[in-house]
Parts: sequence; structure tokens; C-alpha cells
Amino acid sequence: MFDGASDMPSEKFELRLYVAGQTPKAVRAFANLRKICEEHLAGRYSIEVIDLVDNPALGRGDQILALPTLVRRLPTPIKKIIGDLSNTERVLVGLDLRPRRASA
Amino acid sequence: MAKKSIERSEIAKAPTGIAGLDEITFGGLPAGRPTLVSGGPGSGKTLLGVSFLVNGAQSFSEPGVLLTFEENAEELASDARSLGYDLQKLVEQKKLLIDYVHVDRSEIEETGEYDLEGLFVRLDHAIKQIGARRVMLDTIETLFGGLKDAGILRAELRRLFRWLRDRQITTVVTAERGEQMFTRQGLEEYITDAVIALDHRVHEQISTRRIRVVKYRGSMHGTNEYPFLIDRDGLQVLPVTSLLLQHAAPDQRISSGLPAIDDMLGGRGFYRGSTVLLSGTAGTGKTTLAAQFVDAACKRGEKCLYFLFEESPQQMIRNMRSAGVDVGRWVDKGLLQFHADRPNRHGLETHLLAMHHAVEVFDPDVVVMDPITNLLAVGTTVDVRSMLTRVIDFLKTRGTTALFTSLTSSEHSLEHTETLISSLMDTWILVAAQLEGRRRVRQIYVLKSRGMPHSDEVRNFSFTSHGIEIEPAEGNASTPRQPQRRSHVRRSK
Repeated sequence: MFDGASDMPSEKFELRLYVAGQTPKAVRAFANLRKICEEHLAGRYSIEVIDLVDNPALGRGDQILALPTLVRRLPTPIKKIIGDLSNTERVLVGLDLRPRRASA
Repeated sequence: MAKKSIERSEIAKAPTGIAGLDEITFGGLPAGRPTLVSGGPGSGKTLLGVSFLVNGAQSFSEPGVLLTFEENAEELASDARSLGYDLQKLVEQKKLLIDYVHVDRSEIEETGEYDLEGLFVRLDHAIKQIGARRVMLDTIETLFGGLKDAGILRAELRRLFRWLRDRQITTVVTAERGEQMFTRQGLEEYITDAVIALDHRVHEQISTRRIRVVKYRGSMHGTNEYPFLIDRDGLQVLPVTSLLLQHAAPDQRISSGLPAIDDMLGGRGFYRGSTVLLSGTAGTGKTTLAAQFVDAACKRGEKCLYFLFEESPQQMIRNMRSAGVDVGRWVDKGLLQFHADRPNRHGLETHLLAMHHAVEVFDPDVVVMDPITNLLAVGTTVDVRSMLTRVIDFLKTRGTTALFTSLTSSEHSLEHTETLISSLMDTWILVAAQLEGRRRVRQIYVLKSRGMPHSDEVRNFSFTSHGIEIEPAEGNASTPRQPQRRSHVRRSK
């Protein structure tokens, strides 16, 4: 049995990026995310950016504390990656696109 | 020397509404600032914070936000219910908002820079939704278990407390006590306005909760450790030093329940609001005398609270019925309430608090403690004396008349305990039994009674089917009192 979603190339990735305003971290996170998605999930991803400054109530549902937070809504289970997503390897691990190394 | 004019203005306070805590903090927590509440597991820090929020919402028109990192909402609500708080109702009335913050390290990957702005946005949103003036963070240090970057966390928590202070929100921050520190992560570095420490000690299987105001910037505060109690009516702190000797001394007199004793006390019985010690050896009828006092009070329509440290109420009622005093009927009428507790079930301070509480709830005219000597099982003579001093101050402030029975083991010499305790008492009545021929004769006399002429006689008494009967004590005159203070006493019957 394989458990990685990466083994099913047809699977759709539904991603949400939580930010609060156009902070440098938020801008960086979005750029990094776009780049990673284009390289690894081309044609099968969607990114919804939620700005909590405009929609403060939405932070509760996904239990958002740290910003920026990337939430992988689909495929399940839900995954969260916090930070500006500057470490591509870790983002790929967090999205289950790379196997987690024991030492990681 | 230059003339200094230092303005000593006390800072604004936010009352907690917790009985006693507002007294030892001279008004409550620092308004608009964070207070750290530290304690071990089960020390009651969450309940303190919840009380602060609930009372704020209910009594002081200050809605509150509870940001909990700990329990789920159900658990919290049921804990609060055990204190008589209906959180759900307050939530519906928009006086309280509970946000359950859940952080699970296993589902979070960290990469690159982040901050806790999401938490700020949530809190800000919650505060604005209900116009909150109070916030409780319970227990924010849990975040250190959920997020890896302690450096970011520290910086963000520092920012959070500053943020709350800027918004003038009165905040309770609970924290688990660390080794040598008030918090595991050193939050006391950031919260410097006020620190309250809670402690739950179990010594020789006797549990005592204590509270101490460690620090309170810009304000006076009681520095002692104060006992506190958590029960179905909430959390209460007992400030021991705030009670002063300034209670009223009523002139009204009330019957002891036995005309003969009233006669010995200048013909009119005890002063209302005074304290009476009834001491004697085993089987001399102390409880029966106490029961007659209670019976008389209830007949006058007064309320009596009877603390039993030896027997169960049922046993006491049965025994008294056989002695001809039916106190059970007063229980049915709601005039008499018993509180039976084994002394060694708690520490003295817990007993003290329980008594305070029972008195406050029932609001009796008369209180009996039978026998106080059993309290020596959980404390030294000095401890018991200090506890009784507090009980007596408390009862006197309320104008409650109190009768304490005391069991002495020796027939003739008064014990050290007695001497120590008796100085607290206004009236001291002794009962004793002596062998006369083949008969055990019971005797009663008044050793002292402040503020009234009283008899020096030693009178014999006996048990009858309708209670105690005191005989005239003719020719029984071997007493130590000065003759000029002797009063004329009419004999009853």
C-alpha cells in the first residue's frame, strides 16, 4: 500500500493560504507557493487566499494561529504548513509530495 | 532637602467578584493590564480565571473572552457548572465568548518565517464581537508544545501582552508552575504587573488550597498566603488579616435555654453576639446543654447552624430526643441546619472556610461548634486558637451568637488548651461530674462572663425526661471568686 498522494497524479489539490494583509511574509509565501505548485502540481491545484484582515471570522474554522498558514484542504487529511514557505523541501514534505525522512 | 510631592494614586482595579480576593488585592486585578495566575495542576487557576470572567460579565458589565488552549468546550462548561456558572447562557447573552484554540504539532509543518498574527486577529475579532473588557488566556504556554520555534513564540507573546495592555483589556493569563519559576516558559518576565500564585498542598492526607499575591505593581496587597476554597458556590478566599476588632457589642440578651443558667448570668442569659465556651469532661451533658440552647433559639424563631465534629446529625438528634430535647423538628422547619464533618478530613483552614461559607449561606443567628477540641486532631493548640480567633471575629462581625463545647480530659485542672481558648470567650461555663457516695453528681458553674454580674455558685444538675434540670445549689459555696462581685441570683423553680 502506498499512502502518498503524489502517487496519484490525477488528484486535485485544494489549497488555502491564510494571511493578514499584504505583509512581506505573505507576499513571499504566495510567491513561493505558486512556484512550488507550478513545478509539482501543474494543472491540478487551486489556491484560495484568505485575508483575515477582511474576514477575521474565518480564522477560527481552520484553527489558524500562525501566519502565513497554508492549509491543504484536499486531499485529506488536512495538512498545515506555517511560515513563508521558503524551504521548498519542507513544503513538499508537508504536502505529502515527498516522503518524510526519518531524520527530518 | 527639596520638597517632594509624590502622588500616590492607587491604580485602577478590576474587581474579580471572588469573595476575599478583592479584599487582599484592595479592589481586584490591575484594570487594563495582564495578571499572571500560576499554579500546579488542579490548583484552581482555570476556575479563578473563569470566575473573573463570569463575575465581570454578570456583575460588572464587563464582557469577557476566554481563549482556551487547554480543554474542550464541553469539559470547561461542566467544570464551570460545578461552580454554579452557566457559561452557555452568558455566551447566548453575548457577555462571554469562548474560543477553543487547538494546536496539534503533528499536523503542522514549519518552514520559514511566521508570526502569531492569526491569534491576534482571532482575539481582536472576539473582543470586538462582544465589546469585551476582560480576557482570559488559558493556558497559553501550551503553544510551546504545539510550535517548534520558541524564539518566535516568545517574541509574539511579549507582543501579545503589550497589545492587550494597549487595548486596556484586563487579562488573566494562567500558567503551569515551573521548577523554581512561576511559569514553565518564564512568562513572568513579560507580565510584570501582577502575579498570583495558587497552591494545593496535601499534608498528611489533609488538603489545603492557598493563594498568594506575589507581586502587584503600583498597589498595596496582602502578602500572606490565604486559604481558599472551591465548592459549588464558586471560589472563595479567606482574608485573615483584614478582620479587625471593631464589631458592635449589642446589649440585647438571649436565653441559654435553661432559666437556671440565665439566672446565674445576671438573670438574663448571654449577650447576643457573644461567644460562649462550654467545657467539661466526657458525659457531663455538654451536647444536651447546647441542644437546649439551640431549642430555645429556634423557639424564638431564630436560625441555628450546628457544626458537629464527632457525631452524625441523625445520631445527635436521636440522642437528644432521648434526653428530652427534640431538635429534629427545627431541622424540618428549616430553622436548624447541621454541618457534620470529621475534623481530619481537611486542614483547619479548609474547615474554617467551609464554616465561613456555611454561615454566609444560611445566615444563622446562633452557631454551635461541638466539640472544638476535636479540631486538635488536625492542628496544634496554637493553630486551633488562631483558627477560632478568626471564626469568632467573623461571627462577632455578623452579630452571631456562638457556643463552643470543649471536651476536657481531666476532672479538676484546666488544661493548657482550655486556658488558651477561653481567653477568646466572653462567657465560660464549666460542667463536671463528681462522685458523691455511690452517685455521680453533675455540676455546673460560670467561670467567667464578661460585662455582666454572674453567680459564683456551683449547682448540681441532672438529666430528666424533659431535658436538663438544674437544682438550686444551697450551701455549695466553695468558689474562687471575690465576694463583692457576687450577684444576687434568683432561683428558678
